[in-house]
Amino acid sequence: MAPLLQVENLTIGFPRAEPVRDLSFEVSAGETLAIVGESGSGKSLTALALMQLLPRTARVTSGRIVFDDRDLLGLDAREMRQLRGREIAMIFQEPMTSLNPVMSIGWQIGEVLKVHEKLSGRAARERAIELLRLVRIPAAEKRVDDYPHQLSGGMRQRVMIAMAVACRPKLLIADEPTTALDVTIQAQVLDLLDTLRRELQMAVVLITHDLGVVAQWADKVVVMYAGRKVEQALPGDLFNDPLHPYTRGLLSASPRLKSDFHYLSGRLTEIPGSIVSAAGEAGCPFRPRCRQARASCGHQVPPLIAQTPERLVACPFTSSLKAVPDAASLSL
Amino acid sequence: MSTTDFGAFPAVTGGAYAAPATNEQATAPERPSWSNMKAPDARSQPNAAVAVTNGHRALKVFFANPNALFGTAFLALVIAVALLAPVLYPDDPLSMVGKPFLWPCQDPAFPLGTDSLGRDVLAGILHGSRISLFVGLVATALGLTFGVVVGAIAGYFGGWVDDLLVRLIEIFQTLPSFVLLVVLVAIVQPSATTVTLAIAVISWPTVARLTRAEFRAIREKDFVMAARSLGVGHGRIIFREILPNALPPIIVTSSVMVATAILMESALSFMGLGDPNVVSWGSMIGTGRELVRTAWYLTALPGLAIVFTVLALNLIGDGLNDALNPRFSQDR
Amino acid sequence: MPVLIRIARTLRRTLLQAVPTILGIVILNFFLLQLAPGDAADVLAGEAGSATEESVAALRARFGLDSPVLEQLATYLGNLAQFSLGFSPRYGMPVADLIAQRLPGTLTLMAVALLIAILLGVILGSLMATFAGRIPDRLLSVFSLLFYSIPSFWIGLMLIVLFSVKLGWLPSGGAGTIGSQLKGFPALLDKARYMVLPATSLALFYVAIYARLTRAAMLEVKNQDFVRTAYAKGLTPFGVTARHILRNALIPITTMAGMHIGGMLGGAVVVETVYSWPGLGRLAFEAVMGRDFTVLLGILLLSSLLVIIANAAVDLVHAWLDPRIGAR
Repeated sequence: MAPLLQVENLTIGFPRAEPVRDLSFEVSAGETLAIVGESGSGKSLTALALMQLLPRTARVTSGRIVFDDRDLLGLDAREMRQLRGREIAMIFQEPMTSLNPVMSIGWQIGEVLKVHEKLSGRAARERAIELLRLVRIPAAEKRVDDYPHQLSGGMRQRVMIAMAVACRPKLLIADEPTTALDVTIQAQVLDLLDTLRRELQMAVVLITHDLGVVAQWADKVVVMYAGRKVEQALPGDLFNDPLHPYTRGLLSASPRLKSDFHYLSGRLTEIPGSIVSAAGEAGCPFRPRCRQARASCGHQVPPLIAQTPERLVACPFTSSLKAVPDAASLSL
Repeated sequence: MSTTDFGAFPAVTGGAYAAPATNEQATAPERPSWSNMKAPDARSQPNAAVAVTNGHRALKVFFANPNALFGTAFLALVIAVALLAPVLYPDDPLSMVGKPFLWPCQDPAFPLGTDSLGRDVLAGILHGSRISLFVGLVATALGLTFGVVVGAIAGYFGGWVDDLLVRLIEIFQTLPSFVLLVVLVAIVQPSATTVTLAIAVISWPTVARLTRAEFRAIREKDFVMAARSLGVGHGRIIFREILPNALPPIIVTSSVMVATAILMESALSFMGLGDPNVVSWGSMIGTGRELVRTAWYLTALPGLAIVFTVLALNLIGDGLNDALNPRFSQDR
Repeated sequence: MPVLIRIARTLRRTLLQAVPTILGIVILNFFLLQLAPGDAADVLAGEAGSATEESVAALRARFGLDSPVLEQLATYLGNLAQFSLGFSPRYGMPVADLIAQRLPGTLTLMAVALLIAILLGVILGSLMATFAGRIPDRLLSVFSLLFYSIPSFWIGLMLIVLFSVKLGWLPSGGAGTIGSQLKGFPALLDKARYMVLPATSLALFYVAIYARLTRAAMLEVKNQDFVRTAYAKGLTPFGVTARHILRNALIPITTMAGMHIGGMLGGAVVVETVYSWPGLGRLAFEAVMGRDFTVLLGILLLSSLLVIIANAAVDLVHAWLDPRIGAR
């Protein structure tokens, strides 16, 4: 069976930059794929590209996005609109600003159903109440008339989720769904997402910079750096045996992985330099920050090497790196 | 009606609402339109807090704007005409010089024709610029001075002084300004001086409100606090520390104030409430009005003079707003 | 919070704030009356031509014009408390009645003009925001600035030249065909024909303002996250604009709309004189010419009240549009 979503060699370009380059991944029905990387690694743009909601100045310059046997890049605006919200839904990072402040939450949830399922106002409201119950909002029939400013951040994100799953989409894209929330709320929201995924048999693309999230909720992980996939693995393999120097850096940057530690800044201070330094460099994008960099790293972008069908890494020196004692610090 | 409420002008009351037409292309092309998206260069974006209005750059922006340049050039022309009118047409423009009802271009001696009493229309328009500019500039200067003083006192001192002055401003802003203007001029008898004073009386509250808002915001800034803690006197803080920083929106307002004052003067003269001894564009339209069915050029020509002069001032106001509004100049 | 509670709260706060403003305006109004040179008795006597000292004095005594200032203020306030604005000797009727006669004309004119201005302004502004930075936006921007610079009395006269004199399509003045026996829809149509030009002249300036405002407000809202959410739901661009962007952009637009009611009243004064429209503006003009300051100040007072009422109405619309208001 063909995977639900197949992204092939996706490249996204702004007039003066290419924030996503040659990115490929697959998601099967009912599976959770986590895309991990720092701010600026291109993961959010990838998510918007899946929805065909890129900022006006950005373009998909090459590649294919095949969803359910349809190439999304070949669809016209109307066909894409019919997919959005019905078959592919998305939730965003900022529940505070992602809801319309002047409409009640029930109306906003109902709107999706009115658009895609042609429900009447009354029926949409009934369904909105059901959906609020589904996302575990207490006293849903009262809350349905509330406005976003009357809800907490966690509640708002639940409303966003209710809105996203209203039409039982096949694919849910969650772009940093918990970054703006309190630590204690984060796990609740992610658990909810996971439960809904199983109940509704959705595939989920979970975009995050939080490795703790990856460990607990992902079936498959793609690590992105400066717009490229640098490693792909099953979560267990990734944590036990990270191959790419960047992944290793990421892991050592979150030492208390199992606890609720969360680096809000999204920056990896343990890795010297910042992602900006990768711009305009020839060769491996991680080279300026890599402790194991060699002269040959500057010649060309290292290709992805398949170690096993599930395991890809974009660094030719992984086998020799394993001997480097530095890896010992990753005692997970 | 164009004679009232320059406070209405978007550029004045809410600088934020006056997005310039050219703003869009000026935005850095890499910048996505979603605000919480992180573009690759997100970190290199300057912090909004450090945006300081730079006089030199503001001038450069202003003069790079073709609309603003056109406005400035046309205004310069009007000023030159006002200064040269007594030289070009030394005779009283209210005196009879030719055959009545000559249409424009009918007699080369009177390129814009003559009116019902055989007065030269061109001479009238050239001389009319004098009263328009005089009233516009002087009324603005007076209104600006009084408004800035009241606004500065209210905004800087706060407390009961502020309450009282705000009430006063509110009273003046509730009174329909043109009706008040008519009443004032009717009571004190129309002359160039009284018209000017009356326009100043109705125009100060907008400036006062604007200045007060600026002062209240700037009063809390660190450098003002620092000056206070050093024991710098109130007068010095108001004029040396705060006023220069509050000036940009006031400068934008002033050009629109001149435009509004000119419109007000012309409306008053049109209604027969102008200085009866001086020719003005408004009074020319007022007298031409009786003959609008046959000799409509008598109404049209002075009206065009008003439209273009006011348009020039508004273009300058727009240009100044683009150049001085730090929110937008930051994007450039 | 239910909409009604929100609106009721807003209304109470607005009314409480209006009281000192009204008082201030009344007192200012009275002192302006005192400043006026000569009084109605002088004018009346002058018009009669053969007035004697005694008859003028008698007139003064009759209208209470000879009492001390404070006493007159007290009388004035007392009269106001009974909704009496004084007596116009010139028209031979109470000022309040006189104004009541003319008020509907002005209100209709303003309402129609405001409607035109908001409708056209919001449509043009939406277009400008949609095409921001491109040719349609630039053209419309220049046009809106041009509209903004045209004196309403002048455009009024030019419209008369074009539509009444040259084309003969529309009447050049008045409020209805004199002596017409029309009823029902034809009567309405007749009135509408007389309304078109004055309302357009008055509206043009505000079309420019609302278009600019709408453009800026919509551009501001357009970049908000919830607009992206709306697109992610699969809404059409029109659906997003109409239901999500415009609704939010209307909040600043209504605030500004309220601020223009006073300006529009002033505009009506001039436009009414151009089209001999029987309204307050025309009355004000006649009062100026006849130096009838009682009427003039009655108009000033009443139009201020109108502004206050309009502001209250705007606050209510605001409370209805923005659920966050009542919470504060």
